[in-house]
Amino acid sequence: MCDSEIRSDLLIPRLGVVTDIRRDTPDVKTFRVNGPSGGVCFSHMPGQCAMLSIPGVGEAMFSITSSPTNKEYMEFSIKKCGSLTEWLHDMEVGQQVAIRGPYGNAFPVEAELKGKDLLFIAGGIGLAPLRSVINYVRYYRDNYASVDIVYGARSMDDLVDIDEIRNEWIGRGDDVNVHLTIDRPQEGWDGNVAFVPDYVKSLNFPTTKTALICGPPIMIKFVLKALQELGFDKSQVYTTLELRMKCGIGKCGRCNVGAKYVCRDGPVFRCDKMEEMPDEY
Amino acid sequence: MMLKLSIEKMGELFQRLAEGRKLYLPLDRGGQVDFGPWTPEAKVRLDRLKTIKSAKDFFFPQTENIVSFKRQGKDISIIENRDAEEPFVVFGVRGCDARSLDVLDRVFLCDPVDSFYKARRENGVVVSMACSEPEETCFCSIFGIDAADPQGDVVTYIIGDFLYWDERTDKGRALTETVKSLFSDASGDSSLVERSRGEIRDIVSRLPLCSLSLEGFDGSALKEKFGSPLWSELSQACVGCGTCTYVCPTCQCYDIQDFDTGHGIRRFRCWDSCMYSDFTLMAHGNPRKSQVERFRQRFMHKLIYFPANNDGMYSCVGCGRCVAKCPISMNITKVIKALGVEVNV
Amino acid sequence: MRRVRDMMRSRAGELLKDGAVTRVLGWKSGEFYYDPTPSFFDTEESLDELVYNGFSAAMLSKYLIEATKKEGRVLVFLKPCDTYSFNHLLKEHKVDREKTYVIGVGCGGMLDIEKLRALGVKGIESMEELGENLVIHTLYGDKKFARGDVLLEKCATCKGLEHKASDELAVPDELWEWETSDRFARVSELEGMTSGERFAFWRGELSRCIRCNACRNACPVCSCNKCVFDNPRSGVIAKANADTFEENMFHIIRAFHVAGRCTDCGECSRVCPQNIPLHLLNRKFIKDINAFYGEYQSGESVDGKSPLTEFRTGDVEPGIVHERGGA
Repeated sequence: MCDSEIRSDLLIPRLGVVTDIRRDTPDVKTFRVNGPSGGVCFSHMPGQCAMLSIPGVGEAMFSITSSPTNKEYMEFSIKKCGSLTEWLHDMEVGQQVAIRGPYGNAFPVEAELKGKDLLFIAGGIGLAPLRSVINYVRYYRDNYASVDIVYGARSMDDLVDIDEIRNEWIGRGDDVNVHLTIDRPQEGWDGNVAFVPDYVKSLNFPTTKTALICGPPIMIKFVLKALQELGFDKSQVYTTLELRMKCGIGKCGRCNVGAKYVCRDGPVFRCDKMEEMPDEY
Repeated sequence: MMLKLSIEKMGELFQRLAEGRKLYLPLDRGGQVDFGPWTPEAKVRLDRLKTIKSAKDFFFPQTENIVSFKRQGKDISIIENRDAEEPFVVFGVRGCDARSLDVLDRVFLCDPVDSFYKARRENGVVVSMACSEPEETCFCSIFGIDAADPQGDVVTYIIGDFLYWDERTDKGRALTETVKSLFSDASGDSSLVERSRGEIRDIVSRLPLCSLSLEGFDGSALKEKFGSPLWSELSQACVGCGTCTYVCPTCQCYDIQDFDTGHGIRRFRCWDSCMYSDFTLMAHGNPRKSQVERFRQRFMHKLIYFPANNDGMYSCVGCGRCVAKCPISMNITKVIKALGVEVNV
Repeated sequence: MRRVRDMMRSRAGELLKDGAVTRVLGWKSGEFYYDPTPSFFDTEESLDELVYNGFSAAMLSKYLIEATKKEGRVLVFLKPCDTYSFNHLLKEHKVDREKTYVIGVGCGGMLDIEKLRALGVKGIESMEELGENLVIHTLYGDKKFARGDVLLEKCATCKGLEHKASDELAVPDELWEWETSDRFARVSELEGMTSGERFAFWRGELSRCIRCNACRNACPVCSCNKCVFDNPRSGVIAKANADTFEENMFHIIRAFHVAGRCTDCGECSRVCPQNIPLHLLNRKFIKDINAFYGEYQSGESVDGKSPLTEFRTGDVEPGIVHERGGA
């Protein structure tokens, strides 16, 4: 049945088709999704999310990994960690999915971040939401000053999108500094070995930068601490929060923290603003 | 215009109200009084002040269909599956429940509008009823609700042997047109109605919980109230059931679930409770690990977060159902007392 | 009851003072007479708020599961019927006996606020328990009831006033005693119905269920660390009924799961906001177990096996259900 016969509501999804699946790490795959007649399912801004579901299996919120500048397709980098994500990891190209969105706010790429020296810091699957911003910034490269990317994972096998990082971000020479690191030494890795927060500190970034952090909660906490030790103010740091979500529109109550709904008021938060929220995320 | 009808003729009124639409009103089912669809045999219980569940059900039902799917191989089809929309009247809604719709409106009618709720709001006419005998569990007055003069499309009063009928909105006037012939003019009885209101207000002023003060419960106290050491003591007996949330007229948290009917997948939404352990459970952990945090969330949301987002409107209307129904008698009034200002002690 | 309360306060005070216990688990007074809340007391002064009256029905035994995981010993007040559930929890190793100190409290039957409301009581200002009478002062005048008429179901069919576990007792010489009725009478009535009538009866009752889980959460026997109905991976998690049959399944599965373990404490029915007589499901199991395997009362003692966890060659065959005509 065609979507248009359905009386719309934000809770009712539309169809998407998985047109490509690539394995990034042992437990992360990136899925390319198109609308039923090609192109993207809807437009979005960097940092926004979408609800993906397989009816009967589950529905969950994922950040849109692809940049809005990509009009050909949308991408989602998804880590296997529950029943829905396990199902998604097992599916094949050509599978239809139910998709709704976009949800949440975005990184302020057209406002506060414009003209700034940007410092992206990601750990593991935390690169997913930042990849959208990074590629957006690379597309509109002239609108931003310097760009540094610190990205780390447990091992070199856990670095998501490593091909794109090597070929596009490092290889293009469009003035993007990429700093890769892994937690422990590994054969075949001649790059840096350190935990992300320690690496950030050792790189001694000047406080003129604006930082965008994404990764496991514990990493975010220690990176923020490292940045503060370097002299950064919390107002110079953005991060994203992840909580259980169901509706995506600030009504079902699940992602309510303090007076905020992470799905609607987030997922992007400036760290100084997070102080208004109780520590419950 | 105020109208009146002998209470002996209530059956005729219900019959008329139920013509061409559903009529819901408090009914006795095995000794339990709850809103239900009127039939000529139904045992109407307007004498019971509090139905077990509130009138919320008709606007935000415990379960409702959102959409259906069929999966075939790699293909998915999306199938319209909304519950049928029909005009309805809820009769005998007390002032607290009538106000609770304002609270729900804030959630479901703010952008982006929930089309399911909106359709029900548009289809529903609220006939409220003044509370002739308020109970000790009532505390609506602390939220500025007047049990003697509730809001509603039509407001009714039972005084002596008469039902007084006062249309208040366009919807109410349209409804009145369909039943007007049963009524007689009661504009001469306004002093009688006013006296009855005075009597109700007098009782309300003597209710023990109506002296509670909400001073200090607002967005600016978020961190202070959240960090109170009293939460662990207040929540220690909580068994983590969903009774308070499910009998509450303003609780609106929901879940979305898929149900395999055998012929397809039915996606429905259903009430959820922040008191449940899986409410915030994620694959990699739970930000609210114990009942202390879940308990705190419910009351912080009603008394602090909701007013912070909604111009000071609390997400509680003082209906007292949770006071009456909690298995271990812990409730919002005990929380207000414990965390509030001195005068409450 | 007031005398029992005074005994409780003074003993709890002494035991806290000399360090024999670190915490006291009792009931704390509320806004009204009828709404005491289970509560922990850790100082002598806080015991001023310890109450015990005809509305101290909420059973404290289950709280000991968590309480005995903590440091120190808990003094707990148990009514006679609460001791059955206490024993059951000991039997299943859910509660550490060494960390408890049990004072058995005398009971004059617990009262049912819902019954009072159904009898038209509203606007309660205060209550007095005077011997076999309950006097209620309301905004709409005073009302007087005989205790026997407003007892909780579980008390009207009381199992007896003997404590099955205690370290000491707080039972005054003269407590009101009442005539109890046969707890299986209603079950027999249901057995006498045709299967169609019985189905209609349970559909009617269970269709009111709002899936609040109060029955399960209050049940001293429902003590799984993670209930199957709370496990998203079970496929049966639901906070509401996806179809009209689901509430039946929830209660029937639960009744099967507590069969042979249920102490018939009656908390499930007491806490049900919809007043569904859930205890009847459990009593049907108890009645059948008694008939098939010999009289057994779960929680009567810590020792011994439940009939359903012990195989004996003389046990009935499943065909018994058919032989009895399906009831």
